[in-house]
Amino acid sequence: MASLLDTDRPPVFCPGCSHERILFALDRAFQLLGLLTHEVVIVTDIGCSGLFDTFFKTHAFHGLHGRALTYAAGIKLARPELHVVVVMGDGGLGIGGAHFLAACRRNLDMTLLILNNFNFGMTGGQFSCTTPTGATTSSGFLNNLERPLDICSVAAAAGAPFVVRVAASEKKLDVRIVDALAFRGFSVVDIWSICTGRYLKRNPRVAKDLERRIEGMEPFDGPISANLRREYGEMYREALDRETQKTAAPGEMHVYFTPSIKTRREVVLLGSAGGQIISAGSLLARAAILGGMQVTQKNDYDVTVMRGPAVSELIISNEPILYPGVNKPDVLIALSKEGVKRRQALFYQTGETSLIIREPGVPVPNTAARVQTVDFHSFGIRKNKWALASLVILARRGDPVTLEMLKFAVEQTFDEKGRREFYGIMELTERFSDNLAVLKP
Amino acid sequence: MGLRFIDGNQAVALGAAYAGCRFFAAYPITPASSLLAEMLVLLPQKGGIVLQGEDEIACIGYCLGASMAGMKAMTASSGPGLSLYSENISFAIAGEIPIVIVNVMRQGPSTGAATLGADGDIQFLRWGSSGGLPVVVLAPSDLRDCFTLTVHAFNIAERLRCPVFIASNKEIGMTRETLDIYTVEKPPVFERKEHTEGPFLPFAVREGEDVPRFLPIGGPISVRQTSSTHGTAGYITTNPVEIQESVERLKRKIESQLSSFTFYDIYDEPGAKILVVSYGVTARAAREAVAMVKAKAGLKVSLLVLKTLFPVPDDVLKDAARDMERILVVEMNLGQYVLEIRRVLCNQRVDFYGKMNGRLIAPFEIARELSNGFSA
Repeated sequence: MASLLDTDRPPVFCPGCSHERILFALDRAFQLLGLLTHEVVIVTDIGCSGLFDTFFKTHAFHGLHGRALTYAAGIKLARPELHVVVVMGDGGLGIGGAHFLAACRRNLDMTLLILNNFNFGMTGGQFSCTTPTGATTSSGFLNNLERPLDICSVAAAAGAPFVVRVAASEKKLDVRIVDALAFRGFSVVDIWSICTGRYLKRNPRVAKDLERRIEGMEPFDGPISANLRREYGEMYREALDRETQKTAAPGEMHVYFTPSIKTRREVVLLGSAGGQIISAGSLLARAAILGGMQVTQKNDYDVTVMRGPAVSELIISNEPILYPGVNKPDVLIALSKEGVKRRQALFYQTGETSLIIREPGVPVPNTAARVQTVDFHSFGIRKNKWALASLVILARRGDPVTLEMLKFAVEQTFDEKGRREFYGIMELTERFSDNLAVLKP
Repeated sequence: MGLRFIDGNQAVALGAAYAGCRFFAAYPITPASSLLAEMLVLLPQKGGIVLQGEDEIACIGYCLGASMAGMKAMTASSGPGLSLYSENISFAIAGEIPIVIVNVMRQGPSTGAATLGADGDIQFLRWGSSGGLPVVVLAPSDLRDCFTLTVHAFNIAERLRCPVFIASNKEIGMTRETLDIYTVEKPPVFERKEHTEGPFLPFAVREGEDVPRFLPIGGPISVRQTSSTHGTAGYITTNPVEIQESVERLKRKIESQLSSFTFYDIYDEPGAKILVVSYGVTARAAREAVAMVKAKAGLKVSLLVLKTLFPVPDDVLKDAARDMERILVVEMNLGQYVLEIRRVLCNQRVDFYGKMNGRLIAPFEIARELSNGFSA
């Protein structure tokens, strides 16, 4: 097969640099596999290794330092049939550590060649994450304070199913690369190299040391049985096949009632996590939508979702809602102290026509609003149903939604158990329907 | 009637799916996470790919790779994520890679407050890349905008081969509202123009055009992409003539097309001498405020709601501000877009009102500013 190298652009590496040897080995590997230029993409990032893509006639993607694996993943998922070869230096590996680990975990079918020459060549020979202890670099004493990384061990620990450690001087480098390219999954080849431009000058023994050091380390010669598993892209496409069988459930709603109000109502539920505050807000929203009204809902709760205050702010209007904030709350449902505290300011925005429904244990500020205390407990209503019960009380007055609308919303969204609970609450709250006179808007 | 009760993030997702986005990658972050959740529902059913990356840098990286391979790609985050996107945004500009980036803005600086809205990243969106080349920033103010502007965003990204931002806000992204999906404006969807004949130079442009014709990585003709300063063939260049031509083209490419994507609403009050300029969620409060002062005090105020923020639509601003004695800019920050307005309307009085305290700016506050004269 023909070489994939661009004869108009011969390599420009320093004389003796391992990159050149690796370049030709890679090209031979492509030829041995019978690959054509358009069947390959070489993804590189910054450094002398980043020149690789310019010497080939293949597809080429040269991106940001350390990020080559991320572009490669996007390309491979978009074009599964493409052979994706990522070429990085030890420098790129250091800065792109998270992406390296993710690639090992994910096992997308691509090959990573690490041109490991123990320093940042291009920028002047600074130390990298693989610089051996005691080496001389242009980073002064810094590298002697750190320990180098064993790329292969890290790759294996992170889940890479195919890992090779090899010296660039290895006679059969092209074959090792062929094996890596042919492997169906994420293959890593850690190629120990000589940087003649920088590192070698300061560390003349590196060439002799290199092969000796590799021999003294745990060998990595290819497949790691404990990590062998299905390739990510294949599994992803299978998952997509399943997903595309699903019919979309867009959750469209329809209007079944005429609006019960001709104005804007602002209703805020104030409670605590576990009080089903948010779901009560959503239920009220749905009931209003069934009545052809415009609704906005904004929820507030702590990031520790099972604790702390829970607030649901609703604006219900028969006109499009412009300002989605609460100006003058029409109804405040105060079901816990911390809920009230979270939105204390709202109480001072109320007026004479505002209604506050409160549970006996929840103090509320003294304002012009009408206050209705409802001892839910005495009616046999459990704490986590107080919000729902409050909605029923509101609905009984027909503002902002009617009981019919609320029931319809429940029928649409609650399961069997939920519906039974709701009707139970309806029954329980009938008992204080006489008190509703004070609640009429 | 297709009534949905969804938040702004979901509306953006629906717009993206409609526009043909089939690759989405994001990292969970409040207040953008519901966009990721919605895309996970929408895209796989259409055979689209959704990824949750190891970090935001990976997410935008995946998108750039997928986009160069021919897919319409989008990512979404908030301020902290935008900060991580920055280097790759520069790459998207340099490499002319179509991508839509949603920033659901939240209270900053830094980690700030995840559950509080703000417009704190407006200038960051414009200038958060090395080299300072123009980008496109669209700002929705409600659900309908979230859908429609996202479709426009994809069209612009594909046509001009550039990053396009959606400047959303927690107050839009995470507030659920009623939306009739059947009546929302659905612009026609455009695709990137492909190279059809002759030798292929990835960054060459035809006579009279500013956007290189596209070929995908992985297609039958080899394609080069690079973040380095390059010539038309995609190889590094240090030639000053080539470089200047290239950066000027990147600038012209966007700015010359502004009139084709200048979106705004103008509420013109005949005889008004005061103009309010706003965008995003605050524009909705401004609409109420303007109606309020007219009803209560007979004060005539015009309102310009901008939806294209960058490049700055100078002509629209000048037109709206003509004959105005006072311009009031309202935004949820310490005064960012007002800088552009003061620059463009340099001979006119431009006042600013804004807060960045995690609370919506209420209509009565804007009305008060209008009635009492302005804060400087």
